[in-house]
Amino acid sequence: MLTRQLGYAVQKPSLYGNGDTQVHLRGLLTENLSLNLQTCLATAEACGSSVTYGSSLAERRCVEECRSGRGLASSRSRRRTTMTQSVVVQVGQCGNQIGCCFWDLALREHAAVNQKGIYDEAISSFFRNVDTRVVGDGGSISKGKICSLKARAVLIDMEEGVVNEILQGPLRDVFDTKQLITDISGSGNNWAVGHKVFGSLYQDQILEKFRKSAEHCDCLQCFFIIHSMGGGTGSGLGTFLLKVLEDEFPEVYRFVTSIYPSGEDDVITSPYNSILAMKELNEHADCVLPIDNQSLFDIISKIDLMVNSGKLGTTVKPKSLVTSSSGALKKRHKKPFDAMNNIVANLLLNLTSSARFEGSLNMDLNEISMNLVPFPQLHYLVSSLTPLYTLTDVNIPPRRLDQMFSDAFSKDHQLLRADPKHSLYLACALMVRGNVQISDLRRNIERLKPSLQFVSWNQEGWKTSLCSVPPVGHSHSLLALANNTCVKPTFMELKERFMRLYKKKAHLHHYLQVEGMEESCFTEAVSSLSALIQEYDQLDATKNMPVQDLPRLSIAM
Amino acid sequence: MSIVTVQLGQCGNQIGFEVFDALLSDSHSSQGLCSMRENEAYQASCKERFFSEEENGVPIARAVLVDMEPKVINQTLSKAAQSGQWKYGQHACFCQKQGSGNNWAYGYSVHGPRHEESIMNIIRKEVEKCDSFSGFFIIMSMAGGTGSGLGAFVTQNLEDQYSNSLKMNQIIWPYGTGEVIVQNYNSILTLSHLYRSSDALLLHENDAIHKICAKLMNIKQISFSDINQVLAHQLGSVFQPTYSAESSFHYRRNPLGIDRHVRPPLSGLPPLSKMSLNKDLHFNTSIANLVILRGKDVQSADVEGFKDPALYTSWLKPVNAFNVWKTQRAFSKYEKSAVLVSNSQFLVKPLDMIVGKAWNMFASKAYIHQYTKFGIEEEDFLDSFTSLEQVVASYCNL
Repeated sequence: MLTRQLGYAVQKPSLYGNGDTQVHLRGLLTENLSLNLQTCLATAEACGSSVTYGSSLAERRCVEECRSGRGLASSRSRRRTTMTQSVVVQVGQCGNQIGCCFWDLALREHAAVNQKGIYDEAISSFFRNVDTRVVGDGGSISKGKICSLKARAVLIDMEEGVVNEILQGPLRDVFDTKQLITDISGSGNNWAVGHKVFGSLYQDQILEKFRKSAEHCDCLQCFFIIHSMGGGTGSGLGTFLLKVLEDEFPEVYRFVTSIYPSGEDDVITSPYNSILAMKELNEHADCVLPIDNQSLFDIISKIDLMVNSGKLGTTVKPKSLVTSSSGALKKRHKKPFDAMNNIVANLLLNLTSSARFEGSLNMDLNEISMNLVPFPQLHYLVSSLTPLYTLTDVNIPPRRLDQMFSDAFSKDHQLLRADPKHSLYLACALMVRGNVQISDLRRNIERLKPSLQFVSWNQEGWKTSLCSVPPVGHSHSLLALANNTCVKPTFMELKERFMRLYKKKAHLHHYLQVEGMEESCFTEAVSSLSALIQEYDQLDATKNMPVQDLPRLSIAM
Repeated sequence: MSIVTVQLGQCGNQIGFEVFDALLSDSHSSQGLCSMRENEAYQASCKERFFSEEENGVPIARAVLVDMEPKVINQTLSKAAQSGQWKYGQHACFCQKQGSGNNWAYGYSVHGPRHEESIMNIIRKEVEKCDSFSGFFIIMSMAGGTGSGLGAFVTQNLEDQYSNSLKMNQIIWPYGTGEVIVQNYNSILTLSHLYRSSDALLLHENDAIHKICAKLMNIKQISFSDINQVLAHQLGSVFQPTYSAESSFHYRRNPLGIDRHVRPPLSGLPPLSKMSLNKDLHFNTSIANLVILRGKDVQSADVEGFKDPALYTSWLKPVNAFNVWKTQRAFSKYEKSAVLVSNSQFLVKPLDMIVGKAWNMFASKAYIHQYTKFGIEEEDFLDSFTSLEQVVASYCNL
């Protein structure tokens, strides 16, 4: 019994040695729960075994529901079905600043699409609709007019500065104070402090906030974690909570947007922090989108150059820069990182657009992982966004449209310092928004294919989606996600910088003096990274080999 | 006689809508050269076949819509209602919140068993509405997760519960250059399973229809809507009633019965001899062909060319392998139209290609962990490869 690998019930031998089998259910929190649970309960009771279950609130509630016969097994086709929801977890200074830009843009996008002010399914993926007059938990409204939108977010920072600013700024009403975890002292750019000290200190609170946000979701599909790798909080605490999420919500995807430190990073210990964090990303993230500040900065510079040079015949549409924000943020003094953060915010919006809005070829979040991760450990995706700006000419001729596709593959448009065109593709996804049809997509794939190298077993490794709703200010846009060996140089450079410090044992005592930290943490982290680099090396070695068809099964007729 | 259509996944539902729309608008179109009485019999037959009547006279499609996420079904329902001419039944849908993630294993092993009862209930209700039920028409794609995986599961169930009814699966063959990266895995799993439970597989390739749009119809910016409409027209001209002088109900021929016309003879296959190398390879060798003619001059149309023995495998006589259905009532706005439904070697090349690509990927074990996570093991893949290699070999030996 229970042998069909659905992964939710684990049979454990009895602890009491009396021959009974205990059926232990772990980590169940989605709609899948009920049927498995009912089967488990029925089977267990039929064999005279007892059933134990995990301690999460959702699990207990579900077991009670099943026992009282109110399970979800019967379909109620008259019930209005909603789509899935996602929760954004923003950690540390960088994570929160990017997160703030994200919510700003998300509101702008939904305001542009949702003219009637009705709380619809698209909005519900990132926002709750709350009647603020109701005190406590009961205020959620599932449909009808929008009352007050609350972001499905958890904000975590060990310093108060950034979060406080958000709460005093124009977005203050979007966040519920119950969604925050802050401290005053900060992590001192020390991964160990973030991960071990604050991890254990805030573990329960973190878990409670996650459970709360999950309970507000009808069908939670994904956690989006935003953080930087080079500091202490985002890097240490940000990766600590990955394990928490994996244990508590094993079926919910964990997509991590990680800002990697650039070469001229002013935090000396950023290589330590990054590599310690990478081990966690290797083991507990479903998908990582690595981004570095230098690339974002280069893109900004390029845009400024193009806009100011006057080389363009027509003017650029005011709100069409991929770096521009909505009116809300414009009023206050713009920080230098705002434009860069907006690019990342746009990335997240475009990533989820086909899941939120309609289109002729939809792509849900679970399809990203399915198609782009051929082996569990190779889950790093290089991203590029085009166009960076739109000219006032709205009727874009096919040539311009094709330019958008070409740009997506140029190294100048990647959000990481990487050149996918000259490395090896394992898989590639093209997520198109706006007035683009299947023939445009196909024409461009055919055109660009010859100049790209795909791994021998995935020569046609394209995943595509068409979403009808364009981003604000554009008539169409393209997000390309590449699982490509071009991430390797970034990882190798990081490893080199790490080794330079580690060989001299520079600053090591700051880490080792934290309880729970030993040198083995460092050596394990480096071997984890080395193993990953080696995987990419092996793939690269196959790059210019001729593709041979393997001998097929021969059939006796 | 009525047909119940099951639309699965985004592809199945988008196409299904276009098919019903095409069927009804043909039914309303002008009768051309046939008499009014003939036309009325034709319309009545079409209506009974694909629609049921409601009190206020709006026809309701005899269809069940199934998808694991809500966006497409919502759209499909509203498009039908907006047309004002017809609509889908209120309780004819089954929908969940989270899709199958392009994962055949998820569609087959998780969604299938979980929702089996609910889906089969809705189908049963639809079947019970038919006075004279003739079979199922199942529309699905091979590349995704719901249409392919759940589609295979549902077809299997239909075979178990309605073993005496005909089942025809309309399968969309994905573009060769990916829509979905794991499409080859999903395709081989789907085809090998359907082989055991379906009576006939009607195949349409996206690439082929795309070419039709580009070359024959000169559409500049081809959308999926265009592609689906071309497909719907083809299916419509196959499935609309055809005239048969045999019974007094002239339009009762069961289109799903095509399968009887294009199956190899029941007397069994002859012993295999060495393939003749001197065969003229201009045409794909056929087991059977069916030509459906509609409109003007059907009686005088010359179909002798289809009876050429060179078209058929050596152990078949053309008289057994070729059939023609002639109907004077024109289809849609076409004065004359002809459709060829063929069971031939045409499918060998695309099938071989898909099996080859899937095999290369399987050898590297790429993406396999996504399937084993939900209970589809390597042995299941090997079983699928074996069945399909057998199909390829059988067709090659014609």
